[in-house]
Amino acid sequence: MQTVAERVIARAKELFFSGEVRRVLGWERGEFQHERIPALYETAEQLEKLVYDEYCGPNLSKELIALSKLEGRTLAILKPCDARSLNLLLREYRVDREKVYILGAGCTGMRGRDGLLLKCETCRGKDFPVFDEAIDDEECRKVPDGDRFADVCRIEQMSGDERFLFFRSELSKCIRCNACRNICPACSCNQCVFDNPDSGVSSKASADPFEDSQFHIVRAFHVAGRCTDCGECSRACPQGIPLHLLNRKIIKDIGELYGGYEAGGRSPLIDYRASDGEA
Amino acid sequence: MQGEVNEFKPLIVAFCCNWCSYAGADLAGSSRLSYPADVKIIRVPCSCRVNPLFILRAFQRGADGVIICGCHPGDCHYTTGNYYARRRMTVLFRLLEFMGIDRQRVRVEWVSAAEGAKFALVMNEFAGAVKALGENVKLGDLRCKP
Repeated sequence: MQTVAERVIARAKELFFSGEVRRVLGWERGEFQHERIPALYETAEQLEKLVYDEYCGPNLSKELIALSKLEGRTLAILKPCDARSLNLLLREYRVDREKVYILGAGCTGMRGRDGLLLKCETCRGKDFPVFDEAIDDEECRKVPDGDRFADVCRIEQMSGDERFLFFRSELSKCIRCNACRNICPACSCNQCVFDNPDSGVSSKASADPFEDSQFHIVRAFHVAGRCTDCGECSRACPQGIPLHLLNRKIIKDIGELYGGYEAGGRSPLIDYRASDGEA
Repeated sequence: MQGEVNEFKPLIVAFCCNWCSYAGADLAGSSRLSYPADVKIIRVPCSCRVNPLFILRAFQRGADGVIICGCHPGDCHYTTGNYYARRRMTVLFRLLEFMGIDRQRVRVEWVSAAEGAKFALVMNEFAGAVKALGENVKLGDLRCKP
């Protein structure tokens, strides 16, 4: 009996060798034992390096924006949370559905250097909203029952000054590497507001404490109503800032005020009711 | 006299929609109603034009309070702009509060072109509330301070 991981890799190779797809988007081993790096495989030789195991945390869906513009189909191995992000990109016409072949890969929670990834503790579910073929088993369909808003609620209980100090101390660690922006599947503008040298937030060198907050407020707000809660911002952050808290707060508020939204659905912020409460 | 010079005067930035609130401010002026001179009005085509970045930038550059004024719901010149602004600002203000920024420093008010008196009232009230909170130290950029 093959494991899910073995079946995923075997199937990816099969589709590649049959000519169904031109290239395979997956992961390869990194420098560290717990490190898996997104990798694109275009030859049979390279494909030997394809890996799928419990460390494949990185979300690959954003890569498909560029890959779906290439000649031929691209096979992408997506976990359920990655498929939700792709669903958003499809609804926003950022990815050409015809040009991608989605191999859904069952996942039992991904691990990093420090054990189970934060985003996996509060998994949103194991269903694939979009796929061509899904490979999973009973074990992969178990959803951990973590409350994803628990941390947000805990911070809400603090006093205003405590919250301010908490965020100031967290956000002041920011080195403005833009990893959170670059990894975010909802953040896909060709021209980003932060790439403007006049914005004053483009480099840490010119920053004062407030600019850290400004950058992160605007980053979180730009994806408000579209964030798929994939948790990649916090995972990618080299400084370990819990950036997903800002996004989750917005998701929680939108859920309470305007009814929730699912990745790829209509954003409540481009909708309104005459009966909405006052700001 | 010395005391008055040192008195804290809040700087307030008011984003006013061109069609209702800006005309309301005009009416307040031509009706000889007084409102604090520290309110700096920035005219925008619609309350919906106000990007969250505008608000943050105003705070960064020394504003102590930011108020957004638009047409009453249902009266938007562009039909629905203020409805979107309302949702957007509700979410933004809750996020700011979550990050520990005083909720009273930001506000959304609906002021029509005929409500000069309301404009003056709202500005007096808001300036009073911001004055009571004191200087904005959490969001300001120290380099922008005199």
